Amino acid sequence: MYRYDEFDHQVVRERVAEFSDQVARRLSGDLSEEQFRPLRLMNGVYLQLHAYMLRVAVPYGELTSGKMRRLAHIARVYDRGYGHFTTRQNIQFNWPKLSDIPAILRELAEVEMHAIQTSGNCIRNVTTDAFAGVAADEIEDPRPWAEVLRQWSTFHPEFTYLPRKFKIAISGGAQDRAATFFHDIGIRLVRAESGDVGFQIIVGGGMGRTPRVGRVLNGFVAKSEILSYLEAILRVYNLHGRRDNKYKARIKILVDALTLEGFRAEVDAEWDRIRGSVVEVPAEEVERIGAYFADPDWQALADNPPELAAARSRSAAFNGWVSANVMAHRVPGYAAVTVSLKPVGGIPGDATADQMDALADFADRYSLGALRVSKEQNIVLPFVRQDQLYALWQALVAEGLATANKGLISDIIACPGLDYCALANARSIPLAQMISERFSDIARQHDIGEVTLNISGCINACGHHHVGNIGILGVDKRGEESYQLVLGGDATQTAAIGDIAGPGFTAEGVVDAIETVIGVYLAQRQTGEPFIDTYRRIGLTPFKEAINAAR
Amino acid sequence: MPLVKLTAAGIEPVETVWTRLGGEDAVPATGAVLVPLARWQAEKDSLLARADAVGVWLAAGETADSISGDLDRLTVVALDFPAFSDGRAYSTARLLRDRFGYRGELRAIGDVLLDQLIQMVRTGFDALDVKAPVSGAAVTVETIQAALSRYSLVYQVAHDPRPPVSALRRRLAAGGQA
Ligand code: HEM
Ligand code: SF4
Repeated sequence: MYRYDEFDHQVVRERVAEFSDQVARRLSGDLSEEQFRPLRLMNGVYLQLHAYMLRVAVPYGELTSGKMRRLAHIARVYDRGYGHFTTRQNIQFNWPKLSDIPAILRELAEVEMHAIQTSGNCIRNVTTDAFAGVAADEIEDPRPWAEVLRQWSTFHPEFTYLPRKFKIAISGGAQDRAATFFHDIGIRLVRAESGDVGFQIIVGGGMGRTPRVGRVLNGFVAKSEILSYLEAILRVYNLHGRRDNKYKARIKILVDALTLEGFRAEVDAEWDRIRGSVVEVPAEEVERIGAYFADPDWQALADNPPELAAARSRSAAFNGWVSANVMAHRVPGYAAVTVSLKPVGGIPGDATADQMDALADFADRYSLGALRVSKEQNIVLPFVRQDQLYALWQALVAEGLATANKGLISDIIACPGLDYCALANARSIPLAQMISERFSDIARQHDIGEVTLNISGCINACGHHHVGNIGILGVDKRGEESYQLVLGGDATQTAAIGDIAGPGFTAEGVVDAIETVIGVYLAQRQTGEPFIDTYRRIGLTPFKEAINAAR
Repeated sequence: MPLVKLTAAGIEPVETVWTRLGGEDAVPATGAVLVPLARWQAEKDSLLARADAVGVWLAAGETADSISGDLDRLTVVALDFPAFSDGRAYSTARLLRDRFGYRGELRAIGDVLLDQLIQMVRTGFDALDVKAPVSGAAVTVETIQAALSRYSLVYQVAHDPRPPVSALRRRLAAGGQA
């Protein structure tokens, strides 16, 4: 993975000094809360219902064992012994004291981490596929470009006070595992007919109260012209994006207003002037960064070693875990393991300090010291030898980290909801817990198969309910918590926004309705057909009818 | 609220007292004035005939194009930050400098706080009308200098001549000094 050189260290050190000074000025009263707000928001410090929250960047989700140990240490010393991994591959600490934050940032800087641009109306931490460099369907590894974008966007002088936050995701897979159609800018590595690899640029995707599937702004941008293209988009947005209403300030609204063609004309006019100019990243810098992502020294191994097959037939629990949580690696004999942070009845995405330390140890022992945070709020160990999967699984079992539910109905994405968030209409976490308990039978989950379930406590959609195959939205019904059920969303390259299947459920009611939905699916599915495909084939009506009949 | 100008020699306080006019204000007989765009468009010639300096200020929503035809007659263009979280003027500054080649003074006015001065200088401003913090603590040439030297490195190419980190790396790799 990327390592800081002296320059990167210097930038982060100077940022720690600046933010420490801003905190001191706030504590002394030199800065009002109103003036401090945008400054702290530039550094991931939010004010939640009960306390400040600190969001720490995990650039494109990559961690080392050393970084994970430091996160565990921070959770233990400055927080209440746990952290929360987010859908944007970051980690949040819910209970730090403002006066401790400078010390936390110093500790992070020592391990090449920071909280820069994890909030605020700036270019946020760039996200990517948690299986980057691992997946067999990849055109090219997106991580070097994610690092190029990290550096380019860090303290970009022109784009630090945009109309609204700005999120970029980049993906290299034929399968889109980074939700590029639901970001302000989505970037997909594509191969042109000429054989050249470049970028498809998708713009204006998003969730919130105006969900939008992103639209293709440019089918192929050359690598040597990518930064000028992004600058042209950002400049048009910065000048013309709405600033009078924060709910209409995202780039998706500007693209709607100008139409895709109109927006493209503006971008192209600016791009023509600056394309391929000094703003581009030099080729040797791309090469320098790329070298950090070179393959480790793989051993010559075969797929499906006898140890693995034997252990799978010996232990049904292990076998179930392998089929759900272990992904084939492009290198024979290796695998990428998803460690689920969704135990039955747990809080999705939470990990204790002890679990983080254990994960760091497992990464050292089994995964060349490497870990990833996935947008599904799980941890990925990307480089595990197949003949060591059983040993790893046993170690995970001992830590309560071997839940075999990756991609299954209890692998729930949920926002913090009413337990933490001032904007919430309803609780998300207790509902996620209820659903995972209702479907706790792992054999049944495996039978139901692949399905995504997302919960948001309000229309801001932090839990991505619009793109869950099954989505749940908390609404306020005359002061009562109430839930709406949405079906058919899809965050991948077959992107879709879900359809409303029914309003006005109580928490128990919505869990029953999910039961009904799953019942319809099981009755209607064809062999090997996952939930989303059945839904697309038969449509919303049979589900809606069954839900209404069961009410 | 000190107005400073950045020159090759460093940061220099501006002694001239500038009056910023709104849409309705009468133009004073003497003294340097900053006039809003609409006034400039309507009264260019009489404004230029005054003995004292004249500049135009653009509100955040007013575009670089709206003044591009007059840039060779102007020695001061000011861009307003109505709130420091409104970042439109950074892009307007880039366009004035890089697209329209404006070489005169580009002044940041409005909610101009120490924490944003670097971005302003990097996007092409060379005069800063810096606002005092709420505490009332003084803003001086020294505090402005400190704010501007906060970061010794930059990652991206902008309007200012600072080489990005990638260029420093290249020099270092070629055996030179960063
Ligand atoms: C608890 C405090 C939180 C508050 C007050 C909050 C607030 C918001 C608001 C207002 C929006 C809508 C923004 C817009 O559409 O312009 C939003 C969107 C979003 N938030 Fe949060 N959020 C919180 C926590 C979280 C957490 C913990 C996560 C990650 C797990 C998260 C991830 C997101 C994502 C991914 C989006 C929507 C996607 C998008 O359109 O960009 N938020 N949030
Ligand atoms: S979706 Fe709503 S309730 Fe959930 S975290 Fe976001 S703002 Fe809060």
